[in-house]
Amino acid sequence: MTILEFTAVVAIVSFVAGLLGSLTGLGGGVVLVPLLTLLFHVDIRYAIGASLVSVIATSSGAAAAYVKEGFSNIRIGMFLEIATTFGALLGAFLATRIPTSALAIIFGAVLLYSAYLSRKPRPLDQRNLPPDALATRLRMNGSFPDLAGPRSYNVQHVPTGFGLMFGAGALSGLLGIGSGAVKVLAMDQAMRIPFKVSTTTSNFMIGVTAAASAGVYLGRGYVDPGLAMPVMLGVLAGSLFGTRILVKAETKSLRLVFSVVILVLGLQMLYKGFWGKI
Amino acid sequence: MPSAGAPAPQPHPQEPQSQSWDDRRIEVILGNLLRAGVLLSAAVVLSGACVYLSRHAHEPADYRIFRGEPSEFRTIPGVIHSVLNGRGRGLIQLGLLLLIATPIARVAFSVVGFAIERDRMYVAFTLIVLAILLYSLLGSGLGV
Repeated sequence: MTILEFTAVVAIVSFVAGLLGSLTGLGGGVVLVPLLTLLFHVDIRYAIGASLVSVIATSSGAAAAYVKEGFSNIRIGMFLEIATTFGALLGAFLATRIPTSALAIIFGAVLLYSAYLSRKPRPLDQRNLPPDALATRLRMNGSFPDLAGPRSYNVQHVPTGFGLMFGAGALSGLLGIGSGAVKVLAMDQAMRIPFKVSTTTSNFMIGVTAAASAGVYLGRGYVDPGLAMPVMLGVLAGSLFGTRILVKAETKSLRLVFSVVILVLGLQMLYKGFWGKI
Repeated sequence: MPSAGAPAPQPHPQEPQSQSWDDRRIEVILGNLLRAGVLLSAAVVLSGACVYLSRHAHEPADYRIFRGEPSEFRTIPGVIHSVLNGRGRGLIQLGLLLLIATPIARVAFSVVGFAIERDRMYVAFTLIVLAILLYSLLGSGLGV
């Protein structure tokens, strides 16, 4: 393939990944690395570098739209960013010491977990939880506009959430993804943050987390301009387009299709990792 | 002034309205800052892409073997040097550096936002995050 053809095809694939990622809320980054390595035979380290850059672009690009909805909680976000950025630094340093086949296996496991999570019905928000002493001290409790007027919430289990977010950051730095799946685990299930607040807050955090490891990747020469360019522009355009048409699209069947894609890619990554073909 | 006998107004446990409004205004500013940073970096990457593709379009593309980037594409002085030499890929890397700087700028502005609200605890938290980000940028070899 010539550089022109390669750039065009990668840009189109990245556009579709960004579009599907934003329409389904599952994020485009998680499919990019497997697509680049399995379809285009890109070395996984270059793929992770390019994906990481595109994660910053989609997170920051969507931030303005999310802010209008007014659900995010910047205190929760900033406090947990201490955990995610530390984790991201650790992940980025580990990435240079782990064999690529192990990276592929970890990636495969994360994909399978994401596919499972996307099919699981979301647990109902628990209301009227008692205030937690630590969360109150950290001034994390808040309220957001709901159908029946403003609804307040009390954050729970801060240390568990903080620990899980460290893990989410480490995965993000190791694999070049936003690790939305682990963030859901930490913020929705451990800390009991209402879904609307946790999704918008985690979007804010993803860009900062990715920036912590992107610097390390760029400094180590893992970010190739010829590859990162079509990936970043494609994913950004796709996700911005996705947020525009989100209201009209039928997302339920799309979610099913996308989670099957994630499942297949996960199995492929596991296979390639275990047989040392990556 | 309420008379001595009247009960003092109890502060609401969920934070008063004015504070969430301040948070909200800061968020709107930060959201727009992020979008502006992304659009600027995308424009720089796109212009670099035009230069790069106009020169190398018909060469073979190969990313199968990991070589690592030369220093002109992985350090800040190297990138600036290659932009000044009119290199397309240098311009792409400059755009990517701007992209990485965008969320870092957002954290830096949050420090100011929390300081205006006189929230010392969160000024400290935000400074920790900022220190980690700056360490990752400058401590990883990007600066040299």
